[in-house]
Amino acid sequence: MKTTSKIYTALIMIFLFAPIAVLLIFSFNESKSLSVFSGFSLHWYSELFHDYATLNALKNTVLLAVCASVIATVTGTAAAVGITKMRNKYLKVTLNTVTNIPMINPDIITGISLMLMFVFVGRLFGAATSLNFGTMLISHITFCLPYVILQVLPKLQQMDKALPEAAMDLGCTPFKAFYKVIIPEILPGIVTGMIMAFTLSLDDFVISYFTSGNGFQTLPIRIYNMTKKTVTPKMYALATLIFFVILMLLLISNLADSEGDKTIKEARKRKKMRKATEAAN
Amino acid sequence: MKKIISLAAAILLSAILFSGCGSDNVTCLNVYNWGEYISDGSEGSFDTIREFENWYFENYGQKIKVNYDTFASNEDMYNKLSNGAVSYDVIIPSDYMIDRMRNEGMLLPLNYENIPNYQNIDDSFRGLYYDPENLYSIPYTYGVVGIIYNANKVDEADAKGWDLMWNEKYKGDILQFNNPRDAFATAQYKLGLDVNDLDHEKWELALTEMKKQFPLVKSFVMDEVFNMMEAGEASVAAYYAGDYFTMADNQADSVDLRFYYPERTNYFIDAMCIPSCCQNKELAEIFINYMLSPEAAIANAEYISYASPNSAVYNDPSYAEDMGEEAMEILYPGIENFNELYNTYSFRNLGPETLIYLVNLWEQLKIS
Repeated sequence: MKTTSKIYTALIMIFLFAPIAVLLIFSFNESKSLSVFSGFSLHWYSELFHDYATLNALKNTVLLAVCASVIATVTGTAAAVGITKMRNKYLKVTLNTVTNIPMINPDIITGISLMLMFVFVGRLFGAATSLNFGTMLISHITFCLPYVILQVLPKLQQMDKALPEAAMDLGCTPFKAFYKVIIPEILPGIVTGMIMAFTLSLDDFVISYFTSGNGFQTLPIRIYNMTKKTVTPKMYALATLIFFVILMLLLISNLADSEGDKTIKEARKRKKMRKATEAAN
Repeated sequence: MKKIISLAAAILLSAILFSGCGSDNVTCLNVYNWGEYISDGSEGSFDTIREFENWYFENYGQKIKVNYDTFASNEDMYNKLSNGAVSYDVIIPSDYMIDRMRNEGMLLPLNYENIPNYQNIDDSFRGLYYDPENLYSIPYTYGVVGIIYNANKVDEADAKGWDLMWNEKYKGDILQFNNPRDAFATAQYKLGLDVNDLDHEKWELALTEMKKQFPLVKSFVMDEVFNMMEAGEASVAAYYAGDYFTMADNQADSVDLRFYYPERTNYFIDAMCIPSCCQNKELAEIFINYMLSPEAAIANAEYISYASPNSAVYNDPSYAEDMGEEAMEILYPGIENFNELYNTYSFRNLGPETLIYLVNLWEQLKIS
């Protein structure tokens, strides 16, 4: 039984990581081919750092991902706090469902509908072009938002509701209580949400494809557009680098998550101990 | 948290400020081209866009910025432009799309006073069906479909005409285009049919021929053809002459790729046009003129490795030397009767009704 489960795990790992391994290996290939490995070289890495169009696309992608994830995190956290404070149960459930729609909706529908809306509004105001960096940013915030809310909400529900009340009892203003007590409690959720939003924005193709405008194309779009000719091995080098950056981010996010859980567990343990001693007395 | 927010706000603000064109005396030129379709400075090549910016500054004393964006298909480009989502000054679509856009009034007539280098374009490339009066377009590249085969697997004697792609001997070794228009065209050229026929019965004939070929085909591919041919996973494929050189350069040791033209085959042209949403027509024309100059045109022709309709390119001795004798023979098989061949064998816009019918035939083939 043990060996079967080991084989099973190994198979899953192979299916998950074999394509990335191939990409990684061929990024060090001397020739252009993806089928013949002719020798180890860092040629494509040096080519990559001289390709200013690709670097510009990378800059666009990162800029977009940073802006979108930060804005989505701030609004998402605020939304999550608002949702938990709602008294009306039905409204709460409805709002929870509605925020999940962009997450469940197929990307292609979100993308097309956003594009149509931007074009419609652009025409309404008589703009020559309706798609630009701003519209792309709005689209990315739209699809990142539910993921942030989903990460922050459970942390808020786990939190002891008496904590902010106690803080205000001891003289905190509501804002200070939020800032000093609630935020540190839900910080792991916020960080995880932000990193998730960042990675989602970074590798989104479908929605970006429909909403990209003049002079602002992201990396996935640039790579897709290479298919008239072949995709150059520079992209394998770039993909390898991006893979490792994302891996690092995920590790950090998981670490933050488990640290957060640990502090919560410790706090609970302390509370139990206190109660136990109180009861003993 | 505060710091992160303020940092993000600063980045956002600067991004919006710097992305605006014309905000700080910089004129912008928006160019929309196929991906990997211009010499971009990689591996020590000529960086066309930057060189143009510098050249313009030296000659006109004004700074410009070229926004160079790419598209993956004519249809993608058409969709973005037609709903007014974007605005470009220069676009480089293919022939049938130019025909369609011209008919829909989406192109502006060119002012040839700003494009003196048009004289480099031979008469063979003028007055073609998509732009009979040469009002809207200037050819950038052209290409011809031929058959690529692995000489280590395929007998020289069999390497003739379209029959090679129907040869039972090479069952499971043949690649076919993964789009209905190009795939059916191979059958139509084989049978000597007109690829632009609207008659359904003629298309049925092509379908019968395709069904004969179907069991022999290894897979239906587009740009995957490069890796499969280079590695010797397949031995016969129809593709563009210019792409054959890329494959031959990267072939595995056990593979020996060769190329020939069947008697009837497909021709295409990609040409530079100015769409009606253009915001700076004169600058767009200066850019087109620069693209026709020997320096830029040779660099682009070498980078793309498709044939150039520019006489300053194909008559240039150093270009011929760089490309090699075999490449020159394949790329430029003789342009004397190009006009006639092109107008007979190139794809025209079929119209929505026939296109839907064609997609139906394609589905019939794939499920057969």
